[in-house]
Amino acid sequence: MSKLIKLAVLAASTGIAVFFLATPGFAAGGGAELLKVDIDPGQINSLQRGARNFMNYCSGCHSAQYVRFNTIGKYLELSDEQLIDNLMFNAEKTFEPIVAAMSAADAERWYGKAPPDLSLMARSKGADYIYSFLKGFYLQADSPTGVDNLYLPGTSMPHVLWDLQGYQRANFSEHTEAGVTTVHFEGFEQVTEGNISLALADDYDEFVRDTVNFLAYIAEPIRAERRKIGTWVIMYLLVFLIIAYMLKKQVWKDVH
Amino acid sequence: MARIEAEVGKPQGGFMQWIDDRFPWTSTMKYHVTEYYTSKNFNFWYVFGVLAMVVLVIQLVTGIFLTMNYKPSADEAFASVEYIMRDVEWGWLIRYMHSTGASFFFIVVYLHMFRAMLYGSYKKPRELIWLIGMMIFFVLMAEAFAGYLLPWGQMSYWGAQVIISLFGAIPGIGEALVEIIRGDYSISDITLNRFFALHVIALPLALVGLVFVHIVALHEVGSNNPDGIEIKEHKGPDGIPLDGVAFHPYHTTKDLVAIIIFLIIFSFVLFFAPEMGGYFLEHANFEPANLKATPEHIAPVWYFTPFYAILRAVPDKLWGFILFGSSVLLPVFLPWLDRARVKSIRYRGWIYKSALGIFVVSFVALGWLGTQPASETYVLIARIFSVIYFAFFLLMPYYTTVDKTKPVPDRVV
Repeated sequence: MSKLIKLAVLAASTGIAVFFLATPGFAAGGGAELLKVDIDPGQINSLQRGARNFMNYCSGCHSAQYVRFNTIGKYLELSDEQLIDNLMFNAEKTFEPIVAAMSAADAERWYGKAPPDLSLMARSKGADYIYSFLKGFYLQADSPTGVDNLYLPGTSMPHVLWDLQGYQRANFSEHTEAGVTTVHFEGFEQVTEGNISLALADDYDEFVRDTVNFLAYIAEPIRAERRKIGTWVIMYLLVFLIIAYMLKKQVWKDVH
Repeated sequence: MARIEAEVGKPQGGFMQWIDDRFPWTSTMKYHVTEYYTSKNFNFWYVFGVLAMVVLVIQLVTGIFLTMNYKPSADEAFASVEYIMRDVEWGWLIRYMHSTGASFFFIVVYLHMFRAMLYGSYKKPRELIWLIGMMIFFVLMAEAFAGYLLPWGQMSYWGAQVIISLFGAIPGIGEALVEIIRGDYSISDITLNRFFALHVIALPLALVGLVFVHIVALHEVGSNNPDGIEIKEHKGPDGIPLDGVAFHPYHTTKDLVAIIIFLIIFSFVLFFAPEMGGYFLEHANFEPANLKATPEHIAPVWYFTPFYAILRAVPDKLWGFILFGSSVLLPVFLPWLDRARVKSIRYRGWIYKSALGIFVVSFVALGWLGTQPASETYVLIARIFSVIYFAFFLLMPYYTTVDKTKPVPDRVV
């Protein structure tokens, strides 16, 4: 093969690699840069706290209809008794899925929009988005809920975690250039203090991180196991590759 | 016993003879496997045919098991996929194999087609193999398109909406055609049902039939090789091509190595990055189809994006559709567009080598552009690459005629 073609193939394969490696990312709502959260499905303690946070603060309105309690229990090392006593507020059997206490019809009447199911939120919008969203509520006097969200402007969700985080104000600056006005987000300013100890947590950021970690886990419960299995599969294939290569060498040794 | 032997004669070859008297087993195996001679100098590019077969088998087998648990109805489809992912034993593995397999099918087929362009495998006497191959490619595109609707996610729904509505650009019959495809005034449960039927029965049947014919045609004329020489023209006294080796055991053992390397790469994606950063499984497809909310940015899956970028590069709806269709169809004519006297890139001049290189770059670039939102700059770049794409095919009769070729050796090197 000529050098030119080799170069082109190299360029193309680099292109393909960049194409796949450059994650298109998740669309950020509202134009503000998303905060980064580092999640780890291996931290069982964090997931347990996240499950507690989710059941206490989210599941009143949000379902996770594809997630069964016993699936969570198995991975989070919780017994059926622990599940029933601590997490299952409106479910009888451990094989039931997580269904919101509030009905969708009521939700639509009260908030104008039924709260989305959260089973797959971490896969459709990304963990960073949920983390940012939960930290993005700020006071907005003319909104029906009294708050707006930096990452989902116009959201109909109230600031459910206000007693934990407190209220914050968002500061924006306006720049007018050539008749076009752009609004820049400058930062949040704490207005009232929250009391994070109400949620038996130490810190609001940690509280949100645990919750997001749990949401990322329920979005794909098999994630940790598939990686474990994958390592074994690839190790097996590597051994098989050596044997197959030796076989090929043996068969081809008389071909010149 | 002795009386029977006296009457009908002794059994000649036991069980195999019994079969061969009734079915051409031994002769078929000889013709297609143990005495099918292919060139001994096959390189890296020659593994993608067999790899495509491997992926086809993966798709067929995992598809059967998915069908056992999937519900083709607008109300249940999305939930049934999550049921497979969470509650069916090993369902996640089957589903990821199928979704990863879909993308790998195209990777492998695109490389297989590129091999034909490198070594002139579509040239005489293999034009028909190329034509059948292109038909396989079209059926595969339809198969992938129908399959992508089935999870009934946001991108399934809106991607299908966009692509099907393209047919509306055809003057006169457009709107009626769109309704026939959808079976409804918009994409609905009815569309999902017919796409399911096409995806699990009609198109796979066509695919398997065409693959069979593709191989029969190949074995009739024999495989090409990186030198583009007909090995049948130099046979030894035993009638075996001097540069040929039997498909089995030579290429079977060689292909086995390739298959395992392929499976290792496949497993890396399957077990460690099944979404492939949103290219193999798009993020928006983890939201159920919502007729009332259009996603911010609709992009087809990556394997359709080179053609989609060409479509978007054209400002006019009808011309966009025509150029989109032509970009898919043009490769069909390669055997007649290519006027070079040599097959392999090894003996071609710098013009064809550069043309092919630039073509590959523009195809990949169009593919990337097709995944991006259509900004002004991107559309402009897509136009430039679209022109290159068409120029590669349409100017081929000219530049392959004037291109200086090198003398082709008699035997493979």
